[in-house]
Amino acid sequence: MAEKRVIDARGSFCPGPLMELIAGMKMAQVGDELEVLSSDKGSANDIPEWIHKAGHEHVGTREEAGVWHISVRKVK
Amino acid sequence: MRILIIGGGMGGTILANNLARRLAPELKTGKARITMLSASERHFYQPGLLYLAFGRVTPDELYRDQASLLEPGIEFLVDPAEQFLLDQNQVRTKSGRTFDYDILAIATGSRPVPELIPGLAENSETFYTEETALKMFRRLREFEGGRVVIAVGVPHKCPMAPLEITFMLHDYFKDRGILDKVKLHYTYPIGRVHSLENVAKWAAPEMARLGITYETLFNIKEVDGTAKVVRSEEGSETPFDLLVSIPAHRGMEVIEKNNLGTGGFIPTHRHQLNMEGRKNVYVLGDTTNLPISKAGSTAHFEAEALGENIAAIVKLGAPVRDYDGKVFCFIEAGKDRATYAMFDYLNPPDPKPPTKAIHWFKMAYNKLYWTSARGLL
Repeated sequence: MAEKRVIDARGSFCPGPLMELIAGMKMAQVGDELEVLSSDKGSANDIPEWIHKAGHEHVGTREEAGVWHISVRKVK
Repeated sequence: MRILIIGGGMGGTILANNLARRLAPELKTGKARITMLSASERHFYQPGLLYLAFGRVTPDELYRDQASLLEPGIEFLVDPAEQFLLDQNQVRTKSGRTFDYDILAIATGSRPVPELIPGLAENSETFYTEETALKMFRRLREFEGGRVVIAVGVPHKCPMAPLEITFMLHDYFKDRGILDKVKLHYTYPIGRVHSLENVAKWAAPEMARLGITYETLFNIKEVDGTAKVVRSEEGSETPFDLLVSIPAHRGMEVIEKNNLGTGGFIPTHRHQLNMEGRKNVYVLGDTTNLPISKAGSTAHFEAEALGENIAAIVKLGAPVRDYDGKVFCFIEAGKDRATYAMFDYLNPPDPKPPTKAIHWFKMAYNKLYWTSARGLL
């Protein structure tokens, strides 16, 4: 059964939202959806760039009160 | 008030000593009691492993007897935790004893797990344990030239290590007179050469200056020891003659076995440091799932905040401060130059160009660390 998980990486400079997502993806199962919360506007580009290169599904991105919510589904 | 600390590493030790000083009157009267459980009778200074791989320290310099570092009044036992019975406020240990607590602090650390990547453990050198650092030391001495690739797993402790090992390898080969026979190639999991943007801004031109090539968005998928190639999740591959890895890490097995957190990392409140859903269980150091550096300084600053809070709970009935996410990391930029990154949840780092003075400060701190472990520095 696919799970949904939130990774709250607000205020994370190191390792940072993308590294937190990569770590979370390694521990997720195929089909799981992870939503990263980031206070860094660079994440809106960095994270989809990695998702695309790694071959996962970029479910969507939205910004709410200065926090970016970026969702990805683990495909492989 | 029975305070039980699980883990005799940096976080647990500094916390125990900090508390013992703050609660000295209560320990005397019996109003408070501090017990520490560890898996080892020795305290290990992990940052020294970076230097061990180059033969710049010897293993004996990295250990002290744990008991010798602890304030009087702390009950210390070598009896690792096996079961966390949090609903009963109990921990059961390897010896079969059951420890009751009023406040529990879990500081069990993290461990490298290269075995999760096919081919990595057997085909790479690393420096995250004494055994592997010594093996790397011997391998480096035998290495006469070729392509050296640095590859990085996620998550890992010591976020500066990938850069440090790269710059130190450069200077090592230069000192050996074989730099012209060596090609250093650095890979990193995200889209720049370091997670900290300002550190990456400093490091990338420095790599260019030193002739070190790099590839970003490279997450290790597998290592082919026959073809001597490391492949990435992103679909690329790079050949090597010598592969140096910073492996991915997990929390300790006991944390996973007790279902305290995915991957052995416990969900932790970022300011109060309590385990999510548990008011009297605290977590510090690598064991947390916090989106901050897994670094000694993180454990140190968390221990200071937690020490103040737990003492305040005993004396005043409530915690008094938040952990602000403070981290301080030295960054070795070669054999005799270093800089540092200091940051917290709100303020990014702004590293200055490396100097000899900062390197010597780090060398001094490698010796002064034992004073930090005792809760004094």
